[in-house]
Amino acid sequence: MTRPQKRLLLLAVSLLALGGACALVLSAFQKNMVFFYSPAQVAAGDAPQHRSFRIGGMVQKGSVQRDADGLSVQFIVTDLASTIPVRYKGILPDLFREGKGVVAQGRLENGRFIAEEVLAKHDENYMPPEAARALADARGGAR
Amino acid sequence: MIGELGSFALMLALGLALLLGTLPLAGAWRGRQEWIVLARPAAWTLSFFVTLSFGLLLSAFAQNDFSIRYVAAHSNSMLPLYYRLAGAWGGHEGSLLLWIQVLALWLAAVAYGSRRLPEEMASRVLAVMGLIALGFLAFILFTSNPFERLLPAARDGGDLNPLLQDFGMIIHPPLLYMGYVGFSVAFSFAVAALLGGRLDAAWARWSRPWTLAAWGFLTLGIFMGSFWAYYELGWGGWWFWDAVENASFMPWLVGTALLHSLAVTEKRGAFRGWTVLLAILAFSLSLLGTFLVRSGVLSSVHAFASDPQRGLFILGFLAVVIGGALVLYTWRAPVLEGGGGFSMWSRETLLLLNNVLLLAATAAVLLGTLYPLLLDALGMGKISVGPPYFDAVFAPLMLPVLALLAVGPFVAWKRAAVRDLPASLRYAAQAALLAALAAYFGNGLGLLAATGLALGLWIALASGLHLWRRLGEGGSWRLRLLRQPASYWGMLAAHAGLAVFVAGVVLVKSGESHVDASLRVGASARAGELEYRFVALDRHDGPNYVAVRGTFEVWRGVRRIAVLQPEKRYYPVQQSPMTEAAIDRGWTRDLYLSLGEPAANGGWQVRIQHKPFVAWIWSGVLAIALGGFLAAFDRHYRVRRAALEHIPQLVSLEGASA
Repeated sequence: MTRPQKRLLLLAVSLLALGGACALVLSAFQKNMVFFYSPAQVAAGDAPQHRSFRIGGMVQKGSVQRDADGLSVQFIVTDLASTIPVRYKGILPDLFREGKGVVAQGRLENGRFIAEEVLAKHDENYMPPEAARALADARGGAR
Repeated sequence: MIGELGSFALMLALGLALLLGTLPLAGAWRGRQEWIVLARPAAWTLSFFVTLSFGLLLSAFAQNDFSIRYVAAHSNSMLPLYYRLAGAWGGHEGSLLLWIQVLALWLAAVAYGSRRLPEEMASRVLAVMGLIALGFLAFILFTSNPFERLLPAARDGGDLNPLLQDFGMIIHPPLLYMGYVGFSVAFSFAVAALLGGRLDAAWARWSRPWTLAAWGFLTLGIFMGSFWAYYELGWGGWWFWDAVENASFMPWLVGTALLHSLAVTEKRGAFRGWTVLLAILAFSLSLLGTFLVRSGVLSSVHAFASDPQRGLFILGFLAVVIGGALVLYTWRAPVLEGGGGFSMWSRETLLLLNNVLLLAATAAVLLGTLYPLLLDALGMGKISVGPPYFDAVFAPLMLPVLALLAVGPFVAWKRAAVRDLPASLRYAAQAALLAALAAYFGNGLGLLAATGLALGLWIALASGLHLWRRLGEGGSWRLRLLRQPASYWGMLAAHAGLAVFVAGVVLVKSGESHVDASLRVGASARAGELEYRFVALDRHDGPNYVAVRGTFEVWRGVRRIAVLQPEKRYYPVQQSPMTEAAIDRGWTRDLYLSLGEPAANGGWQVRIQHKPFVAWIWSGVLAIALGGFLAAFDRHYRVRRAALEHIPQLVSLEGASA
């Protein structure tokens, strides 16, 4: 095999790998991108109906209710403008508390957010940026 | 006093870094020998002053000197001494000083290890490292000085984040930084070689052991982070594709590509330009990792700073480093031409494929990590890309890597023929295929899991076969066993470790299960064939926390196989609760138990997890790291240094290992 031929081949292999990787990445991206919506956006009907997404805001004070099974829990996430009821079955992260920021991933069912995952935070005073933004936006909107 | 001395030592170090970063380079440029010889003493002194300031910070933590703002923010007099010391890198400023300290260690190691290199080359390498130190010292002194005073002094400190109060905190950051910063040596060698216009087999041979050692440390660092997250975060995951994990994983991927490319450059003189690019890229990604983790653009346990000025500084530094190196590369591109030719089927081709695939994987991880940040920065909405994306992208890219990896060592450099592969390799392939079919149809494993298992077996068999053939090449096998170079054992250990790791990953992924329950003391829950009895709940306070501890007995039929004692802790200083999981570890399975919250009915929430073959993941990764260190300490990098100057382009194949 001559040199130019070899180079051409190497180039072709690299391009093929790159093209394959791109196709793979883009399709995986399409399928697995999770969008974020604030309670206000959900209330306005912007959130998708049959797709998983994230919400964020503050856990409304006094809204946490646990079921008799000891595992299921309901609470309300608010951005101080709108609220959205959330249901979750499982163990909540250590720093989940009323009056604190929270981010949950899940889908809407009959106006209620069924969370598959409630995200853990690592620091008492830390507010997930999404939740902070949602709160700030709502405050700005109210003004 | 400590604070002022520490700052002063850092300022001296800054001045020395300026000296080290400029004079030797100018000397090498203008042929001024007296400037060139300055490099080594300057490097020693710089290392000394950095170490001094780091030692001072440690002693400030040990003595609870709360008149230093950083100590007051990250320590507490109730904290045990070892966590106080580890608290020195528990925040932004201190972890930055640790970064510089590690750089000082590598600098001293290179100053020592490069004594027999040509003086000009060695001084250039040290000078480039000096420039890197200059950037970081300026960063720490102007934006994040850990010795800043707090007036009046705090009565007591704000404490270390409870999540960080763990043995992992003591060794994970130093190991990870040894890896990150270690790539600065490969980078400096590459830049020094570009400056000198000499990129040959000797250059590759010099930088190989350094790169191997850095890569070994990075492997250990990532391992430690993952191992720690597994038991500490309380949810039993070992890899979350979290942006911070990705930040350390990307340099690892590129570093792996670099190791293999360096092998080609050393043995065959080929891939030179490519190797240089990889060396630049590996260190750039290490810097990017530092930026991502330290700038506060990511929200995680690792993110300390939310000061945009700091992020901007690292970003600017990153631009200078990458931009400068690439400009240099373009300028010197002509000397990178050439190298040994090779045919379609040769070890070079296989290693090239390895590189292309690893880089494609890196690009995919980079996209998934940066794209959400970019969208957010541009105000185009918030998205997140979770583990499903990375799993979907990463697995298909790695499958061919694993498949080819087993064949690689059997294929000769330059020119080989497929028919030259030993027939026994075909049997190994068939055995692996059979195992996959058996796992898929017999045990009902998923397609990906069965494939992964087969590939693990394929690599393990092929590695064993390679060793067998090598020992059988005439003469006494005992003698041959002793005469194999360390780099050969390193390669075997790393490849076999990868096989074990892959098997562990697919078995955990396909076999893990969990049960959530709400239990009162005296009640029990079933998980599979095991019964978990909640037998007691008691107070179990520690030095700086209060805790309740549950005692659970695990029964299989009439036999008690384990007692697990998970805790729920509360750290009063930071007012934060913590879940401390209990794990019964084993070679074939981990039993993982964590306490949730007290439930309304007087019981406790309990998560019971069954995790098969997790130990294989850990032992596989440890074997991979061991492989890196074995190869780094191969004798052929140390002996005959004097002869290194005259390495012919084609070195013999004895001791060859990719």
